[in-house]
Amino acid sequence: MTFKKIVTAAVAASLALPAVNADELKGRGASFPGPVYKAWTSDYFKATGKKVNYTPTGSGDGIKSITKRMVDFGGSDKPLKPGKLDKKKLYQFPTVVGSIVLAYNIDGVKDGELKLSRAAIDAIFTGKAKFWDDAVIAKDNAGLKLPHEPITVCVRADKSGTTFNFTYFLNKIDPTFKVSKKPTWTAAKVVAGKSNSGVTANIKQIKNAIGYIEYSYKLKTGLPAAQVENKEGHFITPTVKSFQDAAKYATWTPEKHFYAVIGDPDGATSYPIVAATFILLPREKTETNKEVTAFFDWAYKNDDKAAADLGYVPLPESTKEQIRKYWEAHKIK
Amino acid sequence: MGGKLFRNFSFLSATLSFFILVGIFAVLFTYAQDAMHTFGLDFLFNEQWEPGEDDEGGIFGGYIPIVGTLLSTVIAMVIAVPIAMGIAIFLTEIASVKVAKPVSISIELLAAIPSIIYGMWGLFYFAPIVQKTVGGNGVGLLTAGIVLAIMIIPFMAAITRDSMNTTPPVLKESAYAMGATKFDVIKDVVMPYSKGGIIGSVILALGRALGETMAVAFLIGSVMHLPKHITDPTTSIPVLLANNFAEAEDLELSSMYYLALILFVVSFVVISLAKFYFFGRKQR
Repeated sequence: MTFKKIVTAAVAASLALPAVNADELKGRGASFPGPVYKAWTSDYFKATGKKVNYTPTGSGDGIKSITKRMVDFGGSDKPLKPGKLDKKKLYQFPTVVGSIVLAYNIDGVKDGELKLSRAAIDAIFTGKAKFWDDAVIAKDNAGLKLPHEPITVCVRADKSGTTFNFTYFLNKIDPTFKVSKKPTWTAAKVVAGKSNSGVTANIKQIKNAIGYIEYSYKLKTGLPAAQVENKEGHFITPTVKSFQDAAKYATWTPEKHFYAVIGDPDGATSYPIVAATFILLPREKTETNKEVTAFFDWAYKNDDKAAADLGYVPLPESTKEQIRKYWEAHKIK
Repeated sequence: MGGKLFRNFSFLSATLSFFILVGIFAVLFTYAQDAMHTFGLDFLFNEQWEPGEDDEGGIFGGYIPIVGTLLSTVIAMVIAVPIAMGIAIFLTEIASVKVAKPVSISIELLAAIPSIIYGMWGLFYFAPIVQKTVGGNGVGLLTAGIVLAIMIIPFMAAITRDSMNTTPPVLKESAYAMGATKFDVIKDVVMPYSKGGIIGSVILALGRALGETMAVAFLIGSVMHLPKHITDPTTSIPVLLANNFAEAEDLELSSMYYLALILFVVSFVVISLAKFYFFGRKQR
């Protein structure tokens, strides 16, 4: 009898679950901007009562599901080239700029103490430097006692936009390094984890490890992160201010659907590993596109604070204006 | 009327499972065609797994995940078999009922823990211990193998205990009456009598170790490197599939189906062997 009751209750509960809401906008893709989209969608719901649902599955999945028209919009950290957008019949625009930090786990080395030159980063990620006290690393860290321990490099196990943007930076330092969403790593000790959180967990667990993660994951876990040498030779601590300085150097061209990788920007105070993240829209769906752009327009206008709080850089006003004009030109605003 | 209905219904249920098995095989085989035609049997021995530019084409080979799967399973079996046998012998032949009962229950409970919990425990607690004592990164073949062993021990021990329990007391008592020691009885009476069940339990555990995904994904390191040392990270077939399936397209996706097919065939052969041994025991 009680069993029957339980079954009845379970069936009733599952029926009571919200059915797929036709009015709800659905998006899928990049996990890099996941936290900020989550904040925006909940603030948007509070302000307007309209629901937007974004699932951070990964850039590759975002491109795939919008190409197959399974969702209303897709997210990707890797911008698609204009030719590819024409082929897949998509529009594209950036939303926020984020940054990638080099987080590490070395006994006695605190947050921001480790300085990594461009040569040192190249040596670590290609495997030329095998120990932490290698001359190329020690050179800039005279005050630190770096151990004679092998370096473990933590990377992504899945294809990732974060990896794409990081290898884009590596390629600027060392042209032999191939830009890829999932490259073949040549370092001696490599451990891969799934998604940003998987890599973060690995760095945390493995002594003498270093890895590249999105800044908000560093904020959440408090892992120490390195100062990185930028294009002009200055060591820059990852902070929202140094990301903002870097974001100024992005050049956006609406004619090319904003195709641009910020990569390794100019500027004496710029943090060198920053990346924008993008939204993809299906060209033929004018009506739902208008609802999607209304959401992002609202976020651009009202919710820069949520982005900044999470460690992202909101787009400059001028870029937002360019995006609005782009929407108007394609009649999706 | 009711009887006929019931008969048809149960017949349907029984055949359905057969069709699902054939269906899965057919789907894997169809989707793997692309990769099978492109790479053929070289797929088994190729170390590369490199998607091409913009996800089109590329070169894929299953050598590293296949080796990783086999090695982690071998490590797990080497550790688990003697321990599981020891547990079973202790419970059936040595321990008093007062001790055997709670130990048996706790072993059965261990078998019921979801694998992701073993994975998390392994990464956050066990991996640092391995790093400190054996060296390496902490995650890698050895850690994955040991945690796999811990996962399959309860399973193996429970089945082995059950089959040892089927040894007729008369046989054991006769052996004791002949002056045999406890060790002689275990070696020459209990073990031979329950051989079929023991081998069956080992093979079933082997099947589970081959296909384990979540715990291994946490612990093996998931890198496409051929391990040179026992603590080196590498990858296995289920881990590669779980990590990359959502993102793969075209030829890479097809190569993953090819890998899945290989795992399916290996597991199928393993389970069939186990069944064969179980049947062998019953017919005797």
